[in-house]
Amino acid sequence: MRRSLLSRVLLYLLVAVIVVYTVFPFYWAIVSSLKTGSGLYVIEVFPREPAWGNYVAIFREQPFARNILNSVFVATSVVAISLLLAVTASWALGRIQFRGRGILLLAVLSVSMFPQVAVLSGMFELVRALGLYNHLLSLTLSYMIFTLPFTTWVLTTFVRELPKELEEAALVDGARPWTILTKVFLPLLGPALVTTGLLAFIAAWNEFLFALTFTLANEKRTVPVAIALVSGASQFELPWGRVMAASVIVTVPLVVLVLIFQRRIVSGLTAGAVKG
Amino acid sequence: MAVSGPGIERGPGVPPVPTGATAPVGGEVSRLTRQRRRAAWLFLTPMLVVLALVAAWPLLRTIYFAFTDARLGDAGGWSWVGLQNFRALSGDADWWRAVVNTVVFALVSVTLETVLGVGIALTLDAHIPGRGLLRAAVLIPWAIPTVVSAQMWNWMYNDLYGVVNAMLMGLGLIAAPLAWTADPNLALPAVIAVDVWKTTPFMALLVLAALQLVPGEIYEAARIDGIPATKVFWKVTLPLIRPALLVAIIFRTLDALRIFDLPYVLTGNSRYTASMAVFARQQLVEFQDVGYGSAASTFLFAIIALFTAVYIVAGRVRLSE
Repeated sequence: MRRSLLSRVLLYLLVAVIVVYTVFPFYWAIVSSLKTGSGLYVIEVFPREPAWGNYVAIFREQPFARNILNSVFVATSVVAISLLLAVTASWALGRIQFRGRGILLLAVLSVSMFPQVAVLSGMFELVRALGLYNHLLSLTLSYMIFTLPFTTWVLTTFVRELPKELEEAALVDGARPWTILTKVFLPLLGPALVTTGLLAFIAAWNEFLFALTFTLANEKRTVPVAIALVSGASQFELPWGRVMAASVIVTVPLVVLVLIFQRRIVSGLTAGAVKG
Repeated sequence: MAVSGPGIERGPGVPPVPTGATAPVGGEVSRLTRQRRRAAWLFLTPMLVVLALVAAWPLLRTIYFAFTDARLGDAGGWSWVGLQNFRALSGDADWWRAVVNTVVFALVSVTLETVLGVGIALTLDAHIPGRGLLRAAVLIPWAIPTVVSAQMWNWMYNDLYGVVNAMLMGLGLIAAPLAWTADPNLALPAVIAVDVWKTTPFMALLVLAALQLVPGEIYEAARIDGIPATKVFWKVTLPLIRPALLVAIIFRTLDALRIFDLPYVLTGNSRYTASMAVFARQQLVEFQDVGYGSAASTFLFAIIALFTAVYIVAGRVRLSE
């Protein structure tokens, strides 16, 4: 009994350490974002005089609202297009036996492993040839390289898990492939679409390399680039309070999404990685 | 036929086939199977066209550029230089520094993430109240954009006002504040620490998913037989979660090898932390040397391709049913 009590206490201690370790940096960002002026340079666990100055400043003195809209536009368009393309493709890949399917799946998987920098110069050329340089559509286009293979792959694993009988019943009724896809599979794929879409959204929302390279003007930047390039003459003059305020603003929606969809995110991640 | 898809099924009235058989009967491919195969390719085409446009074509162009002296400014004015870029690369100390940085970064961070991830997963697997909330808390670092976590830690690492120095000095572990991101010896460990913080949750959740598939009776039996917990872990748990763990490790290694944003945001183009991706982008965009940068990209691509092949073989990826 004594031993089990001790191990119980140790367990809770361990849990506390894990939570503090994972949450503290975010907590510290919140605390720092509420400090202005020289208050920022005082180490204290709670801000004694919380101030919203930093939050006001990033919207007034920087096009941060514009940056958020840019990110929302890019991530939403990327998710919509890649889900649309991936649903039809995953049905074909997961449900129909045809020659070359294994090779195609292999190709899709390989592309999802591409280092983005490996296509950087070719993509740069493509973006400029299409006249999309410094345009948000350049990001919608280029982000396909990581969202499309991912959504296709994960949805294919979901499609495979669906019972075959449903489709056979529809086939007996003489339904065509498009009907089967839209009327039989799509309703069943709802939860999978939410999970995959959410993960693709997070990936697109967080992307940095392409956004840094293909956009130039302040008003065209997405949130990660805006936060990375917050103006400051030198490393020592970075307006840390504002950087933290901006960081908190873009992270809060993600944290809320994670809290709501925690279970689904985990199942989506494991479908993509473990089941393979 | 209730609905007909746009652009699909416009063939001259194929009558509905009143059978559920999808396999060819007697060696002859049935009309239905042919119809389904045609539909499969129609459904696949849009995805394949987009992938060819944004993946295959840019990749081929990048590899092509690696053998030219193309510059970012001039369109079309490049010439073929053979292996010159690769020869220059092999004698470039900064490039080799980037290779070493990337390999050290990948090895150390993935090792730490695996050990910590398994530890956290084992803890979360225990039956404690509020486990769901706990799992969500652990997911927070994973959901935070890399750029944001880099900036958060950059501020925590600040040499004058950073909380990391304050804590370590408070604990008496260091006598004077350290310049975490500027000191050549500390910069790479500092980058690794942020990556470990950010991606351990991913590892932990993958391991946790595998752990929850281990039947509880096994532990029960081991407990009744009085087998010590550590032995159970090494002899029972670890072998059972090994396939999942292996896949997760390869996944993370691939991710670590192509790392860009973390070192870039934390330390800029500093040669003490620059990864291969940072080096390639610097050559390509900042020095406008498309040929040289593409050569570095191509080299990185080759390494990743090798690892991907290992993953596909080792992970025994399911490509057919």
